[in-house]
Amino acid sequence: MQAIDSKKNKATIIVHSGDMDKIYSALIIGNGALSMGMEVSLYFTFWGLQRLKKGELDKGPLSKMNMLGLGKMMIKKRMDKANVASLEKLITDFKELGGKILACDMTMEIMGVKPEDLRQDLIDDYCAVGTYIQEAMDSRMTLFI
Amino acid sequence: MAEIKIDVKGQTCPVPLVECRKALRKAATGDVIEIEGTHPASKKEIPMAVKALGYKILSIEEEGNTWRIKICKQ
Repeated sequence: MQAIDSKKNKATIIVHSGDMDKIYSALIIGNGALSMGMEVSLYFTFWGLQRLKKGELDKGPLSKMNMLGLGKMMIKKRMDKANVASLEKLITDFKELGGKILACDMTMEIMGVKPEDLRQDLIDDYCAVGTYIQEAMDSRMTLFI
Repeated sequence: MAEIKIDVKGQTCPVPLVECRKALRKAATGDVIEIEGTHPASKKEIPMAVKALGYKILSIEEEGNTWRIKICKQ
């Protein structure tokens, strides 16, 4: 076991959910951590990985009160009013600040997702659980969203 | 040594923090960054980030609901 103080100033986040509000959480936390000087890796898996398909980033439902998209529409309106940044801006900033995006290759296999279906310009690597654990062992913060 | 101004008035979490970090990354050593915004939490969180990054806060001012923070990338 590594001692806590030997860990890097790093955050490793699993993005399992594809819900719009949870993608917001993942990208806001990721950008916040980068802004405060941490290294950040986002591991997109299962429903989260669907959001890396071309044109799908903001297509997820709300995790609660989606009401066939009506709830999402209302929340989006309120977000616009509050001047909340778009997911597209957040993911662009995330990459600009040096954040890493990893895609789970098992999800790709079981869900029939091909690399060309995904936004390969955003993805740093394709990997499995071992890479996540390796990075998580070395991180001060790890989250599952 | 340049002085860089960033305007994040009307922007909310996490944009002020992110724009501050983007500017600090691009700045050269010795440059001064002045960031002006209205998001209340960012007024205390930008100094937290600056401290975590090891840079220096030169001043924090507030006028109405607008704050102005000066940072030196030393």
